[in-house]
Amino acid sequence: MTDFSTIDITEAKKLLSQKKITATELTEFFIKQIEEKQDLNCFITKTFDTALKMAKRSDEKIQNGSDIGLLEGIPIGMKDLFCTDGVKTTAGSKILENFVPFYESTVSQNLWRNGAIMLGKTNMDEFAMGSANTTSFFGNVLNPIRSDDQKDLVPGGSSGGSASAVASGQCFAATGSDTGGSIRQPASFCGLVGLKPTYGRCSRFGMVAFASSLDQAGPITKTVSDAALMLQSMCSYDEKDSTSSKKLIPNFSDYKKFDLKGKKIGLPKEYIIDGLNEEIKKKFDHCVNVFRDCGAELIDISLPHTNYALPTYYIIAPAEASANLARYDGVRYGLRENSENLDDLYQITRASGFGDEVKRRLIIGTYVLSAGYYDAYYLKALKVRQLISNDFKYAFEKCDLILTPTTPNVAFPIGEKQSDPLEMYLNDVLTVPASLAGLPAISVSAGNNNKNLPIGMQIIGKPFEEISVLAAGSAIESSKEEK
Amino acid sequence: MSFFIDGNTGKWEVVLGLEVHAQIKSNSKLFSTASTEWGGDPNTQVELVDCGMPGALPVINEFCVNQAILTGLSINAQINEKSIFDRKNYFYPDLPQGYQISQFEYPIVGNGFLMIETEDGEKRIGITRLHLEQDAGKSIHDQDIKNTLIDLNRSGCALMEIVSEPDLRSPEEAALYVKKLRSILRCIGSCDGNMEKGNLRADVNVSVRKPDSEMGTRCEIKNVNSIKFIQQAIEYEARRQVELIENGKEIIQETRLFDPNKGETRSMRGKEESHDYRYFPDPDLPPLIISKEKIEELRKSLPELPDEKKSRFISEYNLTNYDAQVLTDDQYVSDFFEEVVKNRDPKLVVSWISVELFSFLKKNDIELSESKISPKKIANLLDFIISGKISNRQAKELFEPYLKSNLEAKDFIEKMGVEQVSDEGEIEGLINRVLQQNPKMVEDYKNGKDKLFGFFVGQVMKESKGKANPQIVNKILQDKLA
Repeated sequence: MTDFSTIDITEAKKLLSQKKITATELTEFFIKQIEEKQDLNCFITKTFDTALKMAKRSDEKIQNGSDIGLLEGIPIGMKDLFCTDGVKTTAGSKILENFVPFYESTVSQNLWRNGAIMLGKTNMDEFAMGSANTTSFFGNVLNPIRSDDQKDLVPGGSSGGSASAVASGQCFAATGSDTGGSIRQPASFCGLVGLKPTYGRCSRFGMVAFASSLDQAGPITKTVSDAALMLQSMCSYDEKDSTSSKKLIPNFSDYKKFDLKGKKIGLPKEYIIDGLNEEIKKKFDHCVNVFRDCGAELIDISLPHTNYALPTYYIIAPAEASANLARYDGVRYGLRENSENLDDLYQITRASGFGDEVKRRLIIGTYVLSAGYYDAYYLKALKVRQLISNDFKYAFEKCDLILTPTTPNVAFPIGEKQSDPLEMYLNDVLTVPASLAGLPAISVSAGNNNKNLPIGMQIIGKPFEEISVLAAGSAIESSKEEK
Repeated sequence: MSFFIDGNTGKWEVVLGLEVHAQIKSNSKLFSTASTEWGGDPNTQVELVDCGMPGALPVINEFCVNQAILTGLSINAQINEKSIFDRKNYFYPDLPQGYQISQFEYPIVGNGFLMIETEDGEKRIGITRLHLEQDAGKSIHDQDIKNTLIDLNRSGCALMEIVSEPDLRSPEEAALYVKKLRSILRCIGSCDGNMEKGNLRADVNVSVRKPDSEMGTRCEIKNVNSIKFIQQAIEYEARRQVELIENGKEIIQETRLFDPNKGETRSMRGKEESHDYRYFPDPDLPPLIISKEKIEELRKSLPELPDEKKSRFISEYNLTNYDAQVLTDDQYVSDFFEEVVKNRDPKLVVSWISVELFSFLKKNDIELSESKISPKKIANLLDFIISGKISNRQAKELFEPYLKSNLEAKDFIEKMGVEQVSDEGEIEGLINRVLQQNPKMVEDYKNGKDKLFGFFVGQVMKESKGKANPQIVNKILQDKLA
């Protein structure tokens, strides 16, 4: 069997259209990979029968040369946050352990319509709450990359199953969702490309909600070119989502024609702090040079409210989650524990169905919305969120793109940062600001540190300018190849 | 006439404010396309968002928004160009999302007012706000021994909550206010106003005070579902509060329930037990923006409102203020009147509708709209009076059986054999016979005994078994005896 784990979607599409390979061959290859790499625990549900049927249909289409989708015959993983009709959707939680939706999320629907093949549902932090994929009811996910001392590393989170699956060659690409960094951070930890599009680009319909004003679907891929193809196949204006954008959807692959020459790249001083990991700083400097070589102009900028982003995020996201997760009450679907009365039904079911991290955030969220605390916490957080958005708005009057590291550190061993939740939350410190502002941002690997662990760089763009973000990401990507 | 409660320490004034929940008349729900039809099998009219499925999202129903704007315009209110939907959080099995989508700080409709017609004249009742919100589903506790059953057909239906200022001062005023509001809602078609079906219900805020003193502590009586109950609940609650205060006790701010069987209110939950709803803006819904153009467009589409109709009835049909009020209280009644009055004498039509028809309805305890009596049925009967085929008196006698029968006026009158004889030849024959039979009387009359005219009329009517048209009898008799 040919090894397809070294090629990307862009290449596979070429081979498929030249009829050198079939979708069925690809699918069978990845099924085998998934079976061999079970120890990474990337998938909660495997849908191999469905995958083979979808592959057969794709092969027929390719054979007939008609109705060929953008991702025709490309096997992918679907984060278990997206509702899939007739296929168990758990959001990584015990409370939805046996939940089978009878409807399809718009993002997954778009992907199937574009010919993508579903290999299964990928593991994730429970309700997307986590930065290490250690909060899933279905167990930790391992990073396929090991440090030189052979410790098991986290893949990042919450889209850890997706990132690990792509990095270990179990699928070409996978969907993720990003609320505060859940696409970019795992992509960074696994040496991949993770793209969080502008808020509103992808429909949230059928995506299990964590924090509605922040949640945004996006792809985790091996290459920037694949990220463009995936996003193209995922996004759409959707009348079923009132926050979905009607903005014209460009051809994202046009990023290849986008010239960075003369573009201004902002370097925010608040992100390059003392104590930033030396090696990450080195990669950052390298990327600065890459852009200079492209003819871009590097300018120093300031995003003065950056320090407040993390606390703001950890008020707004839990507040929204406390309402979004109220529906898991044992009344209509999902887990229902035995009980004698209504209060017990709620309390026992939710106590047993939610994990510690989810409970922690529900309690925080309930607290910050409570009478007497609302103004001091939630309302103030909304105001600071506006200030953070304004920071970006003013910065983008001076520059076209912003370059930052994706994470303050590289992938860490499983078991670390578990005792203190705040330490875990710090993982998101560099990704959260763009989430609060709803801006498109990509993480691209800029190479490895001396222990061979990947370092990701983040490019943040203006609203709905994913193309320039992809172009800048591509520049970093090619500089790595040249090396 | 002012309403006071006579306590041991003097007169007490009652201060009332109403929160009316009106279900918007719409084919689909506020945030989903599910049907709102009444009486469907349980849980058959439910979309994803109505049962709180994971990943389900609300999408605003423009039609419901328009209905709320129209309602706002018809209560002389300000329409807010920007309003916000909030989540009101609480756990209950018939609240599938775990929160109700409502409007808290920024409602769609702001300050307005409506006029009520009290015995002392017109009174202006302020309206604080009108906001849009989702209804909850229904919990059914009496269909299963062990379980509560949930029906989500009503879950997500659109409600308008219309909050009045504390401007009402008596149970009667509260009743007038609800009736007026209902007639406006029905007139513009934004709500059926059917209290039995629960699509109009009220929370009543009651407090008492000595005239011209500070507001007292209020109690809220939840979910009262008929105008009669609203009045009864207020009477009871106001007296309860007066008694408490006069006995040196304090009124505790609380939520109470009205028990129609016992005619009393009882405590449901105190202020301390009240929920912390943790309202916050619903991130699934952008602010609701309404353009000035849209407001103006809707304003132009407003039908004639009850107050305008009343003025028109007074000028166009020359009705008294009272008659016009009675006829315009209810959209169905005013339409009914206008149908019957076409080409007919308004005075005659008014007296037949507001006196005869209304007393029939009252006697049978039924609303005109439910009575299946058509305007045509009344109009046809009136035409027999107008053409002189039956007398007004005959018509009154026939009225009730006629309304209860399925017969057309013509067939009914024929069947009852009461049709008035207006044929001059026939009447002349009768008169001739009477005169021939009473030659002595004729002679006496001709000699000046004028009073005997009545005797001849009576005899002719008797001969005709009461069917002869009295006017024609008079006319011919006069000619004959001249």
